[in-house]
Amino acid sequence: MTRWIFLCLLLALPAWGAVGDPNERLADPAKEALARDIGRELRCLVCQNQSIEDSDAQLARDLRRLVRERVAAGEDQTAVIRFVHERYGDFVLLRPPVTAATMLLWATPVLALGGGIAVIMFRRRRAMAEAAALSPDEAKRLAELDRGAA
Amino acid sequence: MSDNAPPKRPRRWMLYAPLGLAAAAGAGFYAMLQGLQDGSYDPRGVPSVLLGKPAPEFSLPALESVALPALAAEDLRGPLPGPVLVNFWASWCAPCIIEHPQLMRLSREGVAVYGINYKDRIPEAGAFLQRHGNPYRRLGRDEPGRTAIDWGVYGVPETYLLDRQGMIRWRWAGPITADTLENELRPLLRRYA
Repeated sequence: MTRWIFLCLLLALPAWGAVGDPNERLADPAKEALARDIGRELRCLVCQNQSIEDSDAQLARDLRRLVRERVAAGEDQTAVIRFVHERYGDFVLLRPPVTAATMLLWATPVLALGGGIAVIMFRRRRAMAEAAALSPDEAKRLAELDRGAA
Repeated sequence: MSDNAPPKRPRRWMLYAPLGLAAAAGAGFYAMLQGLQDGSYDPRGVPSVLLGKPAPEFSLPALESVALPALAAEDLRGPLPGPVLVNFWASWCAPCIIEHPQLMRLSREGVAVYGINYKDRIPEAGAFLQRHGNPYRRLGRDEPGRTAIDWGVYGVPETYLLDRQGMIRWRWAGPITADTLENELRPLLRRYA
């Protein structure tokens, strides 16, 4: 039983660590949730593979505060993200918009899947074609077997 | 069956395909490493959205411990007498010390260098300029770091070049080394002079 309680506490730990400083959080839980959703969409420019919600860098903290200020002032997700996007460009968005420049980035999974399917189909068709065609030797042996059976 | 294997020839290219792929990947990595070395490829580099635009609106107080005028966006609106550098720095920033001699040299040559002191303490910032010299004509103090966010700054030092019309033409994230000064900045200063 104790072991289970320990496990549950251990699993709950990451939730407590979500935002480093509880003072940063907004009093209104709905607005805080919105601020977190926005923060998870924004890349920390200092530790580039973390969102600003996950990073403890000074700039991430400043951006978290900025997001919360704007959410508290009543701005919606699009407006807050646009504000940050206007300053830091596409790079700050963890989900970059689909443009000519980011097309390849977005198309990669589809291309990889399509390529894989194409290779499999190509190979299967070849295997089937090879199985269907008998070499002259095979044809001769088959003919001999046929004659033997007759 | 064994003495009578199916024709292999059409599949021979399959043997070389992985080799070709490895060679292509190798060439790609080599190009990336070359680029990293000469600075033309920077995987962590963030392009500035301000290029070709005027400086964002801001107004910063002066640094109390230094007798320099404050800095605001109006000081960066064209027409300007010449190109202007806006340098974000802090006394706690080690690369800023590496960069400082280059800023001092530019300032001695008459280039307008404006400073924005980022998230710093007043006495420390003053002591830094006392020890290393002051290259700035104007100096704003951005303690909360909000102006830096408006400029899209993600770390100090960071430097912007504005042309005479007050348009931002160049952004350099990281210290301006002697090499950067000669190979990157000088040609631009000549172009926008």
